[in-house]
Amino acid sequence: MTDQPTAPVLEMTAVEHAYRRTVALNGVSLAVEPGEVLAVSGPSGCGKSTLLHAAAGIIRPQSGSVRLLGHDLEGLDEAARTRLRRRRVGIVLQFGQLVPDLPVIENVALPLLLDGHDRAAAYTAAAAWLDRVGLDADHDTPPAELSGGQAQRVAVARALVTGPAVIFADEPTGSMDTIGGEHLLELLLGAARERGAALVLVTHDNVVAAHADRELRLRDGLVEAEAVLR
Amino acid sequence: MATNEVVLALLRDGPAHGYDLKRDHDAWFPDARPLAFGQVYSTLGRLERGGLVEVLETRSEGGPERTVYALTERGGQLLSDWLAEPAGPAASSAEEIVRKTVAALRTGADAGGFLARQRAAHLRRMRELTDQPPDGDPAARLARDHLVAHLDADLRWLDLAVERVATSRDTNEQSPKTPEEATR
Repeated sequence: MTDQPTAPVLEMTAVEHAYRRTVALNGVSLAVEPGEVLAVSGPSGCGKSTLLHAAAGIIRPQSGSVRLLGHDLEGLDEAARTRLRRRRVGIVLQFGQLVPDLPVIENVALPLLLDGHDRAAAYTAAAAWLDRVGLDADHDTPPAELSGGQAQRVAVARALVTGPAVIFADEPTGSMDTIGGEHLLELLLGAARERGAALVLVTHDNVVAAHADRELRLRDGLVEAEAVLR
Repeated sequence: MATNEVVLALLRDGPAHGYDLKRDHDAWFPDARPLAFGQVYSTLGRLERGGLVEVLETRSEGGPERTVYALTERGGQLLSDWLAEPAGPAASSAEEIVRKTVAALRTGADAGGFLARQRAAHLRRMRELTDQPPDGDPAARLARDHLVAHLDADLRWLDLAVERVATSRDTNEQSPKTPEEATR
């Protein structure tokens, strides 16, 4: 199945998810158009990270449906969802979430290597992205030796190296100072615009949210307000 | 804005006439309200009477007469003193938001709806400011950063207000009835 160019890249319908007795999503519905930048904001514990994890197929919501790039995620097994994410989705999670045993260059090249790309080409692409994100550390550095901001830059390079059609970013500037955060945000926005990729930014930072085309504000697992900014 | 002192600062680089000052002011503060010509000349008149600027010459050069002003030593000193003192806490642009929110709460109007619309308006303004390509000149960018930081402060207050309104609504909904109400 392929997605239509004009169809939403992401559609979530009445999505509900709870952790034990805590309701994280309480019936969220939304759609993201190709090329759209959507900010999802709200107070801590409002369900915004869970929403991103459900949208990217990292967790299976307990009810409701998620359609990503023309695929109904409920109908895909774990391997197929991983493949879809690796090839067409870029994900930046909070705190980078790098593979601790691999040097940064290999962390960034990993999605390409797992997808069967030639090692030399994958390393060249990874090195180019590490330069573009402005990593001021050796490419052979293990993740444990990076600062929070450096790890975040590596995570952004890894998310963008495959040229994804949709990028999910959870607090992408969370561990960075203002100027570093601005640079990383400009980079994410620029990469999304270049490719016409959609960008979903989960953030509690108003300045980050203000870069979006639209903001959804969550509260208690529900969309409380929507603001069109463009 | 302290127009008197800003005009003195604009003259620090050398003598200028009113048009130059207006143009330079608007370039220094691209996101602020443009300085009106009337305001430039009334400010220059005031500064001249106070001995802070002086008329250097009046040029006509085939066009309308243009008076060239220069900073006096006293004007330069006042400018230095002004720059040496931190600014007082600014009168907040949020005052109207506070008034409206309090009025909405006091009158039973839809405070939550007002706060959501205000949040959207603030975010749109912030987006306009951040959308413009970054200027390499740090001074030009700093004035914009200041506006963005103030909008951010207002947005934090708006978010807090939403929380307070929601908490107060939840408390009112959950609060037990008074014995009088319970027996009704």
